[in-house]
Amino acid sequence: MAAKWSKQQRSRARFAYLMIAPGVLLLIVFTFYPILYGLPLAFTNYSALDTTKWIGMKNFQRAFNDPDFYVALKNSLIYVIVVPIIQIIAILMAVLVNTKLKFVGLFRVAFFIPVVTSMVAAAIAWKWMYEEQGIINYILRSLGLTHHDIAFMVEPKYALAGVMLVTIWKGLGYYMMIYLAGLQSIPSELQEAARIDGANRLQVIRLITIPLLMPFVLLCSLLSVMGAIRVFDEIFVMHGPKGDPINSTLVASVYTYKVAFQDFDFGYAAAIGLVVALIILVFSLFMFRYTRKGGLTYYE
Amino acid sequence: MNNAASLRKIASGIILYALLVLTALLCLGPFLWLLSTSLKVNANVYKFPPQLIPWPLNFKNFSDVFHIMPLWTYIKNTVLMTGMGVLLNVIICTMTAYPLARIAFPARNFVFYAIVSTMILPNAAGMIVNFIIIQKLHLYNTILGIVLPSAVSVFNVFLLRQAFITIPNDMEYSGRIDGAGEFRIFWNIMVPMVRPAIATVVIFDFMAFWNSMIWPIIILDDKEKYPLAAALQYLQGNLSYNFPYIAAGTIISVIPIIVIFLVLQKQFINGMVGAVKG
Repeated sequence: MAAKWSKQQRSRARFAYLMIAPGVLLLIVFTFYPILYGLPLAFTNYSALDTTKWIGMKNFQRAFNDPDFYVALKNSLIYVIVVPIIQIIAILMAVLVNTKLKFVGLFRVAFFIPVVTSMVAAAIAWKWMYEEQGIINYILRSLGLTHHDIAFMVEPKYALAGVMLVTIWKGLGYYMMIYLAGLQSIPSELQEAARIDGANRLQVIRLITIPLLMPFVLLCSLLSVMGAIRVFDEIFVMHGPKGDPINSTLVASVYTYKVAFQDFDFGYAAAIGLVVALIILVFSLFMFRYTRKGGLTYYE
Repeated sequence: MNNAASLRKIASGIILYALLVLTALLCLGPFLWLLSTSLKVNANVYKFPPQLIPWPLNFKNFSDVFHIMPLWTYIKNTVLMTGMGVLLNVIICTMTAYPLARIAFPARNFVFYAIVSTMILPNAAGMIVNFIIIQKLHLYNTILGIVLPSAVSVFNVFLLRQAFITIPNDMEYSGRIDGAGEFRIFWNIMVPMVRPAIATVVIFDFMAFWNSMIWPIIILDDKEKYPLAAALQYLQGNLSYNFPYIAAGTIISVIPIIVIFLVLQKQFINGMVGAVKG
């Protein structure tokens, strides 16, 4: 290829370089460089206070002796519980809107609205509902489920679940749409043929719909696992940068933020970020393996 | 027999609609409740049992909120930041994607695979390093400092490259025969062909920039420069004693995105769902 370039080819190549130059330059500065520099940064004491020195594994040793870091990891792992909950509700919603009823399109749009609005707005709305004198306590009491007001925002045992509910609520519409696309990709002939062969409705769901939906389940699970481990905005808005009350909503990304942008301890923050990134990597490798073994084989 | 069947149909219809309405209430409830709160007179805001439908209706919070906080400034900042972010992404990503799709130049594959690799490599300390870079470039506390790190997204480049690849070669040849230069072929022939992909980029980035909160908070020192989402986050702590204002401000902040979504719902949903499936 390098042998002989005609004049025209050379002028085209020059045009190509000119075109990609701004984009490539920005990517080098704000994407490649951070990926490369983030690694050595984790082995330094770069901070607002000190002169930067290479300190080897000290940041990692510190992380593994840091009780807050363990709390953050634990809470991040607990957070993954949102993943199966989202999948189940989103599939049920997709089934619900996969009908030919009148106005069903309107409902699909309505279900999607939480997806397009900002997490700040959503978190403010939910925080207001969680008030002790708020509407959720009112509903629970009217239904006779509770007898006294619960301080959802203040009591540590409710705080994390409270944010998880916001994450679930805001994501449902998005995953519902993916599952809807999945349901609509299943040829109806398959289901009809099974019915003719004498399968009942449950058997059709179990033997045809669910297996063919599996690739979508795995895709959505992967996306929402990543989302769950990266969760930040809703916690920051509802419980602040320290993961109040008493660390109950302190997750990995919030802790990284606190160490970096409140304590300005960038080296240590980079180390924490690296550990979390490794955990995400292991998680996704595990899920990819599972994907290979699982539903996707139906298409291979 | 016939009667029973149609009865069953009606019954299942009623159940389905009931479920749809209930789900819609759960999905929209938090915002409807916020809207209701923002339209109440102060005496009714903390009333228990809560007043579901605001009465008497009170629009004063929506006019007052513009005096309580510099809402116009925040709106202006948000529009400016979003406009800049979307424009830069459309222009630079299109320019970057086009040669990668359609021009043979030395090191093309290297550049492409380098770009794609960033989608897989973990960017663990991305925000931290970008903060350090923005400080070194003296862009701290500027809108450019917010926008520049996301001015090119690898995802957009990838999406646009795919779109450029699918354009038939005949289009290009006819342009060449007419004697069009490289730039004219790109601008007059190729760009119009990838309009759907550009629409997806615009929608994605509009949403991302309009809703972005934490990066502006990190980069901006002056609260006066905050975009809406950052400002609401900042103010909800300080103004919590007067929640109706926050409610009104939040409603104002979500209206543009909801309106645009309702107008472009097909593109929104296809763009967001199609992008992951593709």
